[in-house]
Amino acid sequence: MASLKFSLILFGLNLLLRIQAWRYPAFRERLKERDILAQLKTRDGRQGRWYRIRNGRISSGAGVRNDADVALVFKTAGLAAGLLMPPVNQLDQINALKDFNLAMEGDEDAAAWWTQTMMLTQTAGWAYGIDQGNGVTRYTSMTNGGPVFVYEKGGKIVRITPIVFDDTDPEPWTIEARGKTFTPPRKSSLAAHGQNWKSMVYSPDRLLKPLKRIDFDPGGERNPENRGKSGYEEISWDEALDIVANEIKRQKREHGPGAIAMSHGSHHTWGNIGYYLSAAFRFINAVGMTRVHHNPDSWEGWYWGAVHHWGQSLRVGQCETYGTVEDLMKESEMVVFWSSNPEGTSGAYGAFEGAIRRQWLKDLDIEVVHIDPFYNDTAQMLGGKWIAPKPTTDTALALAIAHVWIEEGLYDKEFVETKTLGFDKWKAYVTGDEDGVAKTPEWQEAETGVPAKTVRALARNWGRKKTYLGAGGWGNGHGGACRNATGIQWARVMVCLIAMQGIGKPGVNMGNLQWGTPVDANFYFPGYAEGGMSGDLHHTAMAVELYQRMPQLPSMNTNDQQIPRLQLPEAILEGKAEGYIWDGKSIEAQFNKISYPKPGYSKVHMLYKYGGSIFGTMSDTNRHVEMYRSPELEFIVNQSIWNEGEAKFADIILPACTNMERPDISEWAALGGYAHHGQTQLNHRVVVFQHKVIEPLGESKSDFRIFHELAMRLGLGAYFSEGMSELDWAKREFDASDLPKIVKWKDFIKRGYVVIPNNPEGVKDPVSWRWFYEGRKKDVPEPMPLPSDYTEEYLKGLQTQSGLIEFECQSLKRYDPDDTERPPIVKYNPAHEGPSNPDLAARYPIQLITPHPRFSFHTQGDGKDTFLNDIEDHRVPVDGRYYWTLRIGAADAAARGIGHHDLVKVYNDRGAVICAAHVTHRLAAGVAHGYESCAVYEPAGEIGNSVDLGGCLNQLTPPRSQLKKGHSMGSSAAMVEMELWDGSPEIDRAPSEPDTAVFTPESAAEPVPAE
Amino acid sequence: MDTSGNKWNLIVDVANCTNCNLCVLACHDEHVGNAFPGYSEEMPKHGHKWIEIDRRERGAGPMVDVAFLPRMCQHCDDAPCMEKAENGAITKRGDGIVLIDPVKAKGQRHLVEACPYGAIWWNEEKEVPQAWTFDAHLLDDGWAEPRAVTVCATAALRSVKVDDAEMARMVREEGLEELRPDLGTGPRVWYKNLYRYSKAFIGGSVEAESGGKVDCVEGAKVTLHANGAQLAETATDVYGDFKFDRLDPDSGAYRVEIAADGHPAKSVDVTLGESTYLGEIRL
Repeated sequence: MASLKFSLILFGLNLLLRIQAWRYPAFRERLKERDILAQLKTRDGRQGRWYRIRNGRISSGAGVRNDADVALVFKTAGLAAGLLMPPVNQLDQINALKDFNLAMEGDEDAAAWWTQTMMLTQTAGWAYGIDQGNGVTRYTSMTNGGPVFVYEKGGKIVRITPIVFDDTDPEPWTIEARGKTFTPPRKSSLAAHGQNWKSMVYSPDRLLKPLKRIDFDPGGERNPENRGKSGYEEISWDEALDIVANEIKRQKREHGPGAIAMSHGSHHTWGNIGYYLSAAFRFINAVGMTRVHHNPDSWEGWYWGAVHHWGQSLRVGQCETYGTVEDLMKESEMVVFWSSNPEGTSGAYGAFEGAIRRQWLKDLDIEVVHIDPFYNDTAQMLGGKWIAPKPTTDTALALAIAHVWIEEGLYDKEFVETKTLGFDKWKAYVTGDEDGVAKTPEWQEAETGVPAKTVRALARNWGRKKTYLGAGGWGNGHGGACRNATGIQWARVMVCLIAMQGIGKPGVNMGNLQWGTPVDANFYFPGYAEGGMSGDLHHTAMAVELYQRMPQLPSMNTNDQQIPRLQLPEAILEGKAEGYIWDGKSIEAQFNKISYPKPGYSKVHMLYKYGGSIFGTMSDTNRHVEMYRSPELEFIVNQSIWNEGEAKFADIILPACTNMERPDISEWAALGGYAHHGQTQLNHRVVVFQHKVIEPLGESKSDFRIFHELAMRLGLGAYFSEGMSELDWAKREFDASDLPKIVKWKDFIKRGYVVIPNNPEGVKDPVSWRWFYEGRKKDVPEPMPLPSDYTEEYLKGLQTQSGLIEFECQSLKRYDPDDTERPPIVKYNPAHEGPSNPDLAARYPIQLITPHPRFSFHTQGDGKDTFLNDIEDHRVPVDGRYYWTLRIGAADAAARGIGHHDLVKVYNDRGAVICAAHVTHRLAAGVAHGYESCAVYEPAGEIGNSVDLGGCLNQLTPPRSQLKKGHSMGSSAAMVEMELWDGSPEIDRAPSEPDTAVFTPESAAEPVPAE
Repeated sequence: MDTSGNKWNLIVDVANCTNCNLCVLACHDEHVGNAFPGYSEEMPKHGHKWIEIDRRERGAGPMVDVAFLPRMCQHCDDAPCMEKAENGAITKRGDGIVLIDPVKAKGQRHLVEACPYGAIWWNEEKEVPQAWTFDAHLLDDGWAEPRAVTVCATAALRSVKVDDAEMARMVREEGLEELRPDLGTGPRVWYKNLYRYSKAFIGGSVEAESGGKVDCVEGAKVTLHANGAQLAETATDVYGDFKFDRLDPDSGAYRVEIAADGHPAKSVDVTLGESTYLGEIRL
């Protein structure tokens, strides 16, 4: 019976191939690509059928031939019948592979072509996009800045717009608050870098052909010192891939495990299959590479600091946010935006969804305060009180607020008594009982520059009003002050303040209306951090849910060596580096140290770099420039869309295409992992089939295809792809989600998007922290902390040892109670690179803050001759070159004779960058403001030792970790000087005063006697 | 042909504009690389801003505000550019939209100077004057609104197609203004909360010392006077801050009088140029 069934299926496949070739021209063309003899058979060779394709024509016969190019071998006919009978069960297929019941024989290339051709019999007839008439088709895509319609005509992108919903899409939610009804508009919003995409696709900086550095000879002289200097020649894909594959083999053969390092940026172009956490991770793991271990770059203070007070390690130390939009609108009387500029960063992925809601604050007459050295974009939109502490001093301001609350009894004593631990210890520090220094508003004034009276007024107002604390761009963390030298202290003290006010009480919580909308959080679609096709259970969030839903072969990097990213240059140049890991599974995971080189492993001699962002995004990046020119790195390959940043320092450049040029699938702002339920930033959940709108430009290829072709050269092709194309993988992810419950695949891929319906009337997420405030079990829909991290009973209390919010952190007491950088209670410790450092302040009196960029997304969208160049708050054209914009306070500009749009040199001991001055009243005195993440590196003279015309302000930022026992950037505030640029390429560092005493942070704050 | 008599108008709410530049970018996206025969030639990739955002910073730290004002072709009913156009190169459509014909206007560089709003741009390569078309090519194709309006996330831009009587009612009820009423060009772009850009404020922070500590004075009565007459009254907030807005810049001498319980009255004289933050005022 099984045997008969198998025969019938095999015969059916023959018919299917012929029918599809007759029906679909694309499939006919596919069959013309190559001649092949393929065989499906049982392992004993008794039963099977062969298929021959020659000149695009199909012939087939029963039986088993020995001359097949490729053979799919099933253990038995019964097993084969089960696996092949539609609908195909993915789990059965994967299990058959794992149990060696199914095998592929033959040449990699032929096997890949044949399996994908078989898959194509299913997909050839799929139709995409909506015809608009006049030859225009409307497709859909997803950018990091939001979902879009992409209008295509004649193989070119005509326009890109947000998605405007139609009558068939579900109704949006409404919130009733204080007698008014609020509902968001029925369209998606889009960040500037999302609207910029057409110019990114057609950028003149696109890499269109594989390139080889002209003086790089893999078989002879490699001339690494010429990286960044010498030019490139175009080579064929075969030559480029052969060089890379051979170098991978050579590195492993000659140096052993660990010799190849992979470094990717923090973000990639959107799409769950093509994302770095997906295809790239499967490839990395399959090859075995030294990981360049990331620091939690946008959350530093929360991860290394806040986590010890309230747990939340699986959210990088940021707290839960469910239901907070409605609670804030109904209950709160004030919102304190502290280093919180959501309008300036579009909520990272949430476009302008939150801006719409924050405008409602005016309708609701809710008071707002902005604490930021920059009168930021959110302050500009909302107005309210602006308080501008000097960068890195916010903790002093916060301590003074606590001091007022303690002195005047303006805090929730019952909550502090019953829901927190160690308050008295911290209180003794705040009042000065511990160290003789009362942290009064007057005390903080010397540090922050904020008048004591303002702090007192704020503290009293806050203490009397139901107040939301919006800290960082997301309101519960992310960006802002957590990324400067005192970011850990700041995030810690934010927790202490909201704990004093009784977090979870109606109207008292963390948030700024960016997270916590009433969208349906229970509908499942995987976020990008869930790993897509990576098969990686260790370094993605796949284990949370996707792994069961989307069966796939697992992948695991056998190479345990890691380099802490902030010390990548030291690892290469000095041969050693140390750091601590970013692993959210527990509070204590961050105490794990990593050392490079790891005993028994090779040092790194090859770098596989994905994109070109490092010079713009890391700190003191002239170190990276030097690293790139080191002979220690025998080979550097860069896989990049654009020729920018350190892509220009590679030996081989592999041109990747954009996500408009390949199929993929994704949901808007679905992050997963550390940002579980990121969709609650949105007014509407939107899942998109990312159409391949146009063919890849030039000879560029999707990342998936590049990895696959390399994998084939390493014999890993079938393992990497599981015989499938990226389109097939996208279908697998669709099937793995809840989408099939509400939309048919064919309708989805045609129309391109689906809006997830909202919860039925009366069903909504509980408000975050309310369970804690009311002493109930945790009831919000997040799978964290992990079960073993509860102290007494599952779902009772927090992840901390006491289960309470800990003013005195038990985890730090256990780990290192004597660490002055991170003591068990949070204290103010002036920044090593801040205004209290007399030597630095004398030489470099300006504090340069480098927050996340407003218009570009990291390096995405910047440079590349894109439309963003025309935004004068991003770049300013001077004499034909687009210079990075640097905001300078009016008084500081006047003192230096700097006028609006003058070219200025901003510099310190680390380097010098030329920017266009933007003179403004929006900055506190002594502060300059320029975005981090410039994509362009353009040294005016000697590489690594001359002024940069591109605008990489991170060349000037401190590389020092916020914490010795951590791996934590503190780079968003640097001490610099600035002057009109004289056109010289020289850096000209300010002379150091030889007699200046060595600065210690502990000595900096002037003690004020306790009252 | 639309015979409804309804005409397009754009309403710009200055209070809602955040300088996100999405309208600017959407205009680039629509027109760079795309020619729409009968409507517009391709826009140069750089250097043109058919929609341009002006800015006004008012005051000084810590009392600052910033307004942004999107400016574009005003689609005037009495458009000065039409008068200067040769060859009938600029026309007013029945729906109120003013279009520069990209063929007939070729070579007419003088039209750039003809627009008192600075909204016409010269395309060197194509040798044509260009301006924001209200995306007429899309509206004629059935689109509901111009792209700048769709992409605006903060409701700073709104387009309406109504008859002139209805528009006059909206102007009245919503307090809409012309950008430059002195020009008398009959624009179809209307501004709301224009004072945020065009007017000035006088503000200050009231404080008092008590027991060696300085504190903000909340609830002080602050009145504004000019020429001996009281113009306005307000009260300080918890930070002691007060602000009188919607004053004309360069409007001369004012006196600010402050009265708070338990303190002697105080007055401050100021001659208003641009917006002025008086700083800390100690009672």
